[in-house]
Amino acid sequence: MFSAGSGYWFTQKVLCWRAAASIAWSVLLLPATTAAFVVLSKFSILHPVRMLADCASVLVSAGSVFSFILLTGVIIMVGFLTFEYYTVIPMIACSKVALLGRLLHPRQLLYCLAHGLMGVVVGWCCAVTIGYRYETLGSVCPKTDGDGPAHMCLNEHHLLLLLEGGFVGLSHGLLGVIHNMNYVSFGTVQQHKYLCFKGSLPLAVKCSAAQAFYSVRNFLVFYFFLGHIPRAWICRSLSLHLDSSAHPLDTISGLLDLSLLYHLWISAAYLLFSWCITLLLFRIFVTEAYSFPVQSTFTEEAPQCLPKVLSEKQPMILKFLALQDLSLLSQHSPSRRSQVFSLSQPGGHAHNWNAISKECLSLLAELTQRLVSYHETVATNGRTKSLSSSSEQKTSSESSGTEDSMSSRPAFLMKTPASVFLRSMGAGPQSPLTSPFTPDLDSPFASPTLRRLTAPLDPGSPWHGSVQSPHVMRRAPKLWSTSTDSQVNGSPPASPASLPSPKPESSRPSFLAQFFQNRREQLPEASSQALFADSQAHIWALEGLSYLVQASFTEDQFGVVQTTLPSILSSMLLLQEAVDRHFKLPHASSKPVRSPVSLGDSSHKTLRFALRATLKTAIYRITSTFGAHLHAVQMSAEHRKRLQHFLEYKE
Amino acid sequence: MCSLALFPPPLPNGQTTLCESNNELLSGNKEDTQNASPLSLHFPRESLKLHSRTESSSKAAFLDHSETLWMRSAAAWRDGGLTGLLNEITDSDSEVPKWLSVGSGCILALLRWISSFHSSLFPHLTLSCEDMIAEFSQVLNWSDCVVRAFAWHPHTDKFAVALLDESIKIYNPKSTTTPTLKHRLQRNVAAMQWKPLCASALAVACQNCLLVWHVDPCSLSTRPSSSCAQVLSHPGHGPVTSIAWSPSGALLLSASPMDTSMMVWDVAAESCVPLQRVGGGGVTFLSWSPDGSHVLASTPSALFRVWETRMWTCERWPCLKGRCQSGCWSPDGSRLLFAVEGETVIYALTFAGAPAGVSTSSLTGPQAAAVVADLSETTFHTEDGDLIVGGEIQSLSWDPRGERLAVLLKGDPQATNRPAIIAVFKTRTSPIFELLPCGFVQGEPGVEPRLMQFHPNFQHGALLTVCWSSGRITHVPFYFLSSAVPHVALSGSPSLLHPLERPADFANQSLFTELIS
Repeated sequence: MFSAGSGYWFTQKVLCWRAAASIAWSVLLLPATTAAFVVLSKFSILHPVRMLADCASVLVSAGSVFSFILLTGVIIMVGFLTFEYYTVIPMIACSKVALLGRLLHPRQLLYCLAHGLMGVVVGWCCAVTIGYRYETLGSVCPKTDGDGPAHMCLNEHHLLLLLEGGFVGLSHGLLGVIHNMNYVSFGTVQQHKYLCFKGSLPLAVKCSAAQAFYSVRNFLVFYFFLGHIPRAWICRSLSLHLDSSAHPLDTISGLLDLSLLYHLWISAAYLLFSWCITLLLFRIFVTEAYSFPVQSTFTEEAPQCLPKVLSEKQPMILKFLALQDLSLLSQHSPSRRSQVFSLSQPGGHAHNWNAISKECLSLLAELTQRLVSYHETVATNGRTKSLSSSSEQKTSSESSGTEDSMSSRPAFLMKTPASVFLRSMGAGPQSPLTSPFTPDLDSPFASPTLRRLTAPLDPGSPWHGSVQSPHVMRRAPKLWSTSTDSQVNGSPPASPASLPSPKPESSRPSFLAQFFQNRREQLPEASSQALFADSQAHIWALEGLSYLVQASFTEDQFGVVQTTLPSILSSMLLLQEAVDRHFKLPHASSKPVRSPVSLGDSSHKTLRFALRATLKTAIYRITSTFGAHLHAVQMSAEHRKRLQHFLEYKE
Repeated sequence: MCSLALFPPPLPNGQTTLCESNNELLSGNKEDTQNASPLSLHFPRESLKLHSRTESSSKAAFLDHSETLWMRSAAAWRDGGLTGLLNEITDSDSEVPKWLSVGSGCILALLRWISSFHSSLFPHLTLSCEDMIAEFSQVLNWSDCVVRAFAWHPHTDKFAVALLDESIKIYNPKSTTTPTLKHRLQRNVAAMQWKPLCASALAVACQNCLLVWHVDPCSLSTRPSSSCAQVLSHPGHGPVTSIAWSPSGALLLSASPMDTSMMVWDVAAESCVPLQRVGGGGVTFLSWSPDGSHVLASTPSALFRVWETRMWTCERWPCLKGRCQSGCWSPDGSRLLFAVEGETVIYALTFAGAPAGVSTSSLTGPQAAAVVADLSETTFHTEDGDLIVGGEIQSLSWDPRGERLAVLLKGDPQATNRPAIIAVFKTRTSPIFELLPCGFVQGEPGVEPRLMQFHPNFQHGALLTVCWSSGRITHVPFYFLSSAVPHVALSGSPSLLHPLERPADFANQSLFTELIS
């Protein structure tokens, strides 16, 4: 109960303020953006004076003030949605079906719809601001038949802008879900917020202009084919008439109007840019480094200290910021390092170091465990096996696994990205099948060290349920015992694909399942990405640990680090082995396709490479600091051999 | 003021510097140098297969082939961007409407006018790519140099050599294979550096991009495929003239005189963060302090910056005469020595945040740089006639223990008695900064030093590797006992090697009493 409340202070005192500050700044920037939009929308090279007069009159008119207030509301709403939906661990869809499932998730659907709705509002504001033929939805029909009562006619240009705003907003929301736009990544280098913002502004301009271009193109195609539906609906519901004299816009000649196209593009670009600025500011503000105290003299501040905060689970960003702070302090701040190495005053325990190292080691062990289980579930040929062979293997699965209680069925149709872990862990019951294909029996993964390391995994970590599940734990001894019958079997090993149907009767898949099965194998690299989705935390943990160990060589007066050095080294080497094995899988080492300029942050796609590089550097940092002293550290012969490679710079 | 007149006179003709022992530089004649060290290499110019013709001249070998205007325009857009497209349209005025060709011609002229205005502010922008690298490189006379870049591995005894034929060879005394690295994009290599705390990664600054080679030290392959290289490129960021790895191995910096921003690369993610400040017109030379806290970034103008690497803020240092040509950091990162083009002195800056023992005046660092050495021209009377030594400085190099400082002096290629020469100083950083003359490092007669680098962890003192204009690479050891206490620097290996040092040397019984601080 105490820990439940301790994450709350951070949300209350820091996160909300950061979000509020970012929203306030984006609102403050709105007048500048709007002025630029007004100037660009009124742009005419032939009448510069009239253009300026127009702009001035628009900027001070009452309508624009009202629309400005509306826009402010929209920006606040966008900022609020960003705050509500942001994540530091990207959701990676492992298949197209999963992606579709995510899009249709009510929460995401709500996000998209809200953006579409706000797009309509921005479209209306744009129409009012541009004025001219876009100003109102209805207009008095030109008299065609003498002196009838004056009808109100639909102004299709206005409708076009409204629909365009909605379309662009909706597609922005959809693309945001697909491209993980709500993913907040932490920068490579620390910079002041202003410089950071200034640096990313050109990219924001470029992205929103390009994105607006594509959105307008798509919108025009949409309107050309389906434009009559919303038009008729609006006419019916508002009892407006269609102006028969005006040229309908859903024709080629109607749409081929340069000024119309320009206005559509500029308003789409304005919409995207103002939202993009909001997103950018939010990312910058929320990822700003936060300095946690290492220890405090007051007990009521204890939950806000680094060792305590590191073990927090919620909110996730708190853990990330704490790890970032750990990595920074270990590199740059000798005074805070000395607090980490200090002993508690009565008692003389190294509580700070113990808590920090335990948390970091459990993170590393958890990743190792995840990689090992994934590797066991994936066949040695690297493909996820097709469903057909699972029926052959059902006998052995019956014989070996009685753990049908593992309900991995819901993971079948709806593969939410995080479920890659579920999937790999769900392999527990059947993984004896893969045992002959896991490398040699003296695999270090079965070493007692690992079991010892996995033991202190905190309950409540996101993968706690799966990692710690009795199936996985029970599986370990079975690795050897069941290897004979699957050798007899001789078929390709089981795969995650076959796992969702552990019960024998479900082994004959329906047509629909088969279809989904095929769809599921389409994004081979994604599973690898999803496996390393939260690796930024591990990277910081590795950096923090290795820098602290390096500093301990000269700064640690009481030798508190020495006691944990063997376990640090062994867990790093274990992870190194697991990562090496993972990168031997096909697709794991293939680089992601360079995405063109987009607002989405694609840094999560390369986290596994960053983790690999950081891991190696971390081990080298320790070996180069301690050198030959490492021979005195107790460790297994295999680890010693591996470490010798590092000492000789041969890795 | 330390002047060159205090130096021992240069060697007579035919003698080459072999090593420093017992506090004096020993010399020998040519026979002695041949078998001096197994790592001495020789790349005669004739042995390299050079490109005989440039790519543009090979066009004549192919038949003329006409394409439609659209195809040519698309190709021009792809190859040359907007100016290429405009050029193409202006050139093919017979096929396009008159107004289009005239209009594009006008826009082209306007663009050229603007760019000429821009380059009148920054004259280096008019240089061609190779001239620019030659201008800003740390290598003397880069374009004519057989060995274009040299890099010792920071932890082991291997090194990489970039040659005139655009290949890189890696030599390791412990293995018989010498991998040769070639890549399509590996052209005009200006600099190389091995990644610290890594066995395999080598960053190479090329004409249009950065390459990061991953050469497995255990592999027996002599021609690693180009898939072992990561290509890091950013539009407008080329030619890259300088690169610097952070001492922790996490980040890679790259600089180009054409690009006003300096790039901070996250190599694993192949992403970069541009760091831009107003003024300077480019970045030419980068040097990361060994403790990782500061980065020197010089610009083509009379201005250089010192970045602080925690929040990436910078101090501006305007110079009076010219641009900062070269610089080097003391091992603890507290002191920066630099040389300015057009001046013959070495300046020093002291920074705060240094380890204890170094007294610093204020937290913000010094207000002005202090002159620590005067290298103006000095005439030595030798038996072969007068020899003038001194002048502008091409590059500075400080050995990792902070005991020897090597200065490559440009000399004058026209005058025969003013050769380029390496002057070596003895330095001491604590308790006070001292600079004492040591001697000149000379090669065979008629051969100039082009490039020099200290071995990062030589056990018995310092080891200076010199690449000569003849294509020879030699190593000059300086045997001495380290006077300083073991460094408490965070990065780099601690000095575990002290017990191995030769106890017989009493090198620090200083003979020179001239004290400069």
